[in-house]
Amino acid sequence: MTKSRNLFLVPYLAWMVLFVVAPIVLIAYYSLFDVDGRFTFDNYTKFLSPVYLQMTLNSFWYALLITVFSLLVAYPTAYFLTRTKHKSLWLLLIIVPSWINLLLKAYAFIGIFGTYGFANKVLELAGIGTKQILFTDFSFVFVSVYIFIPFMILPVYNALDELNPSLIYASRDLGASPWLTFRKVVFPLTLEGVKAGCQAVFIPALSLFMITRLIAGNRVITLGTAIEQHFLVTQDWGMGSAIAVVLIIAMAVIMILTGSGKRGALHGSQ
Amino acid sequence: MGRNNLWSKLYLACVFLVLYSPIAYLVFYSFNSGGTMHGFEGVTLDWYKEVFQDTRLLIIVLNTLVIALLSAAISTIFGIAGALAIHRIRRYRRKNALLSLNNVLIVSPDVIIGASFLILFTIAGIQLGFTSVLLSHIAFSVPIVVLMILPKLQEMSPTLIDAARDLGANNWNVLSKVVIPFIKPGIFAGFFMALTYSLDDFAVTFFVTGNGYTTLSVEIYSRARQGISLSINALSTLIFLVTIVLVVGYYFINRRNGGKRARLGVPTQ
Repeated sequence: MTKSRNLFLVPYLAWMVLFVVAPIVLIAYYSLFDVDGRFTFDNYTKFLSPVYLQMTLNSFWYALLITVFSLLVAYPTAYFLTRTKHKSLWLLLIIVPSWINLLLKAYAFIGIFGTYGFANKVLELAGIGTKQILFTDFSFVFVSVYIFIPFMILPVYNALDELNPSLIYASRDLGASPWLTFRKVVFPLTLEGVKAGCQAVFIPALSLFMITRLIAGNRVITLGTAIEQHFLVTQDWGMGSAIAVVLIIAMAVIMILTGSGKRGALHGSQ
Repeated sequence: MGRNNLWSKLYLACVFLVLYSPIAYLVFYSFNSGGTMHGFEGVTLDWYKEVFQDTRLLIIVLNTLVIALLSAAISTIFGIAGALAIHRIRRYRRKNALLSLNNVLIVSPDVIIGASFLILFTIAGIQLGFTSVLLSHIAFSVPIVVLMILPKLQEMSPTLIDAARDLGANNWNVLSKVVIPFIKPGIFAGFFMALTYSLDDFAVTFFVTGNGYTTLSVEIYSRARQGISLSINALSTLIFLVTIVLVVGYYFINRRNGGKRARLGVPTQ
């Protein structure tokens, strides 16, 4: 099979080196320089200060919250979707909102959560009265979950769809309750989908910066906001790069953790 | 079973309601003559008129479309080459290494892609603007196209290629007459995904667009930061309509492809 050399590799690899390897190397290189262009490790020591550590902790905490809530809403949705007629059409309808520009959806929530918006109208009718909803943690998490939910539903749906229904029948025939069937059969077999979904939500959630600005009104500062701030506002590229390097490392760790889980699951099934 | 069914339908209805209500909210208030996103005063089409009279906005829409179509087309070509290259590699380790390299941009947060591209373009001396936005959109779309095409290549039985060669086809013939037609659905899916990603992107563009050049997302962001303006609502209604048309079209194309495959008796697994 070695008769033709792999000519297709040339353009692809060249592209990858230019736009994947080079940027990462550059960002790592830049993180070692301060604003005046001097070589220094200061950026990393600064990152270890309480301000940045607190910010990192915050980012992880919010990303975790967003992921957990997305999963809690998405799993039943995906499960029920696989049981409807015309399921591919329904799935498409779930995906359609994710095709609408993210900014427009965030903008819609500025209206809905505003002081005179729809949400406050409902609260007033319910007798609770007007509340400050915009620029709170709640609105931030809610809007983020809203935006990420299709990315969680999709992989879970695919995993559920591939599940052989006879396994469920077998489990029921053997006397398992629906809950036991779910816990011991359905959920373990769809774990790959759940992992893929969590990956697809957690990593972008770590570095959100647009929603923090529009919905959380700069109250929530995540690593993403900090990077944007350093690159585009204070022009301290070194510090921004250092935070980016930390994020890249965190990302790699998450990938390795979920990746090794995959291999383990494969061995288990053999 | 009947009651279970009812609950599941209710749950799905709630999810759909929440998913679509912000969009409905935007569309509804785009007709409001009051000028705010609360307190509907009367029906008007003024905001739509404003959108169509705003030449700056229309140019931005055009920019966005040009970037999306160009970047999708170019990244599809690179993506086909990439998928074929990865598919041909026999050594497991090398293949895996390339696949992980391919995945880097997909899993990277937008902020990091944007920041690192900003450094890259600054060092390479590329002026921020059309070129930098186009290049970065191609860059983050190529891996997605590769991922959409690879499964199709894996599905393809090698005997097809062997048969073509036995019948005297050269390399080019095999590629153009056998491989490309077989992976066509993957290519289309990849193109569409690239188009979507490009239209939807905000963060990367935000970093690499200089002064003077903007795409729709960046423009909406800067307008939304200034507060509510119902012409954004009118614009989003129009975008929503276009999206719906695209989706319906895509669904029917997909269904036709699926139907064909079923008729040909290609196993789905």
